[in-house]
Amino acid sequence: MAAPPYATPLQKSWYYALRVICGLIFFFLIAPIVVIIPLSFNSVPFFTYPMEGFSMRWYEEIFGDSPQSLLWQRSIVNSVVIAICSTALATVLGTMAALGLTRAEFPGKSLVMAVLISPIIVPIVVIAIGVFYFYAKIGLASTLTGIILAHTALGVPFVVITVAATLQGFDHNLVRAGAILGAGPLRVFRKVTLPIITPGVVSGALFAFAASWDEIVVVLFLASTEQHTVPRRMWSGIRELLSPTIIAAATLLVIVSIALMFTMEALRRRGERLRGISPG
Amino acid sequence: MATASPPNGGADANGATTPSAATTPSAADANGVFTVDGVPLKIKLRRAERWARLRAIGLIVPLFLFLMVSFVLPIFTMLWRSVENPEIGLVLPRTAARMQAWDGRGFPPNETLAVVVEEFVAAAGDRTIGKAAKRLNYHVAGYRSLTMKTARRLERAAKQQGMEALLAGPDLIERFKGIDARWGERRFWTILKQASPPHTAFYLLQSVDRDFDEDENVVKVGEHRAIHVDILGRTVFISVNVTILCLLLGYPIAYLLATLPTRQSNVLILLLLLPFWTSLLVRTTAWLVLLQNEGLVNDLAITVGFWDDPVQLVRNRLGVYVAMVHILLPFMVLPMFSVMKGIDPYHLRAAASLGANPLRAFLRVYLPQTIPGVGAGVLLVFILSLGYYITPALVGGPRDQMLSYFIAFHANTTVNWGMAAALSLVLMCCVAVFFAMYQRLVGVGNVKLG
Repeated sequence: MAAPPYATPLQKSWYYALRVICGLIFFFLIAPIVVIIPLSFNSVPFFTYPMEGFSMRWYEEIFGDSPQSLLWQRSIVNSVVIAICSTALATVLGTMAALGLTRAEFPGKSLVMAVLISPIIVPIVVIAIGVFYFYAKIGLASTLTGIILAHTALGVPFVVITVAATLQGFDHNLVRAGAILGAGPLRVFRKVTLPIITPGVVSGALFAFAASWDEIVVVLFLASTEQHTVPRRMWSGIRELLSPTIIAAATLLVIVSIALMFTMEALRRRGERLRGISPG
Repeated sequence: MATASPPNGGADANGATTPSAATTPSAADANGVFTVDGVPLKIKLRRAERWARLRAIGLIVPLFLFLMVSFVLPIFTMLWRSVENPEIGLVLPRTAARMQAWDGRGFPPNETLAVVVEEFVAAAGDRTIGKAAKRLNYHVAGYRSLTMKTARRLERAAKQQGMEALLAGPDLIERFKGIDARWGERRFWTILKQASPPHTAFYLLQSVDRDFDEDENVVKVGEHRAIHVDILGRTVFISVNVTILCLLLGYPIAYLLATLPTRQSNVLILLLLLPFWTSLLVRTTAWLVLLQNEGLVNDLAITVGFWDDPVQLVRNRLGVYVAMVHILLPFMVLPMFSVMKGIDPYHLRAAASLGANPLRAFLRVYLPQTIPGVGAGVLLVFILSLGYYITPALVGGPRDQMLSYFIAFHANTTVNWGMAAALSLVLMCCVAVFFAMYQRLVGVGNVKLG
């Protein structure tokens, strides 16, 4: 971590200046997230350091058995159910579509691709009110099913993109080899294709999970109290009174994010390692 | 992609052999290869290829249909609402038909006014008049109370005198003027006419601060109602500034990550990915906590002595910039990083050995090569920030709300779906323009994630 010995003084000072600047930017990126986490253990409802004392009372407000806590717990269950169902749907539909997209050329393919990607491009408010307007007409507003369908649409592009990217390096002769050796299409998929594209499928699924887990705007429009998710409950809390309970919930969300991120990184590095071992 | 070549290859071979097969059948027989069941291999192969293609399309169909029904159709239905105009036609059907037939000059003829009276009385009776009144109020404030008052008065008069007597007068317009002087202004009648057809350009015109005047010319709306162009301008202005700030902060990071040894850059990338994966709501909340008057930043600044009293850092434009840049920065860095990673470091050394000073080498050799990554990052951040809603709503003040906020406001609070849909269409058009640019630059299938 030092400038090369042949660098001129100007280059040296630039070398260190760049590192200082980047250090500050990284501090800006990380500090807000790291700093608020300890505040969720503060014994008094203030958001300043030094903290008065350590306490789990804000977590008890989430996991205890007061009526408020029950609402929080309900929102956690809702979040998990919605995220898992929409991830499963998005992963199956997205993987199938990605397989089809890389196998065939047909007129209007780029248009189809644009439709499949559109959920991450269309502004989320437009999606939310569109879905609300339409789902209310067909009786899907204020139902878990409605939210799951909307979140599936939001997660699908991630699966399509990541699986399609994995398939770019996929050797289709492997499928032919499997077929020649007598395996049916389903068996070829299970035994040949799936094991190869699994990292892509899993990372797509993680993205889809995160998209649903963090989503607030669609829930804001589509959910009544019954279907509130964790972000939706946080939203009401922030608008009324910013209490450390919100920070405690935020901390829980951050923990899930970190878990997702490390799984993702592990997958990515495994992929790089495998590619490094087997050239081509 | 591997499957794409065999059909072409097959077609070429077919084109080349057909003439010779036609002239010398024996040669074709000699060259022809048959499968076990006696079908020429060429045909069999083509069949198999067609079958494979159908199967591939069959894999896409479920998702395509799913998105069409659960996503595209809802959005188009909602956007279509921006030209739909059902209210008057539903509540006052005969009035709507009569008013459309009226030429808009002077006042509506007496027979038309008689229909208006009858339907106002009927609608006041079954309490549907409020819906029409609300719709008319979109054109000019006060039309709602005018409609409600008129309908109530007419209903009372119809009860006291009977409908026959009510309609008997030779000049019904005088009765309207008697109820409220505003009915003496032609524009209230032309507005009723403009609000009558089943489809209207009214909301779309409103979304760009235009309206029809009494003679159906498109004119600018009055000063106090002209807010939408301002809001669009503000949305673009905030997005441009956020994009510039992200570029300024993101470029050095991407450069550092791309030039560091892999082991070090892998650790730093985690620092970039943590905010990327953290929920938008959590990050916005974090800034709200840090920047509020009793928050950490004010506390620290006062302790250190930067300022003496808490400074307003949040619920204003500053808070919006800080939080949005924080949230969007990873989207800027990641595409630039992946482009910079592919730039050969020897290019810079070659430039230096050819006599360029570091600044010149950077500007002439390095910077141009990073442009694709910069373009992708800039467009991505700009597109995403155009649609921002949650962050400005939480950390911004009333003057910092962007287009999305007003779309949600019209859908939620005023329940004016026409306006919500028209503003959505405006936002969609902006996004579509820049997404088309993004697609030309990056390609839709090459969107990089993480």
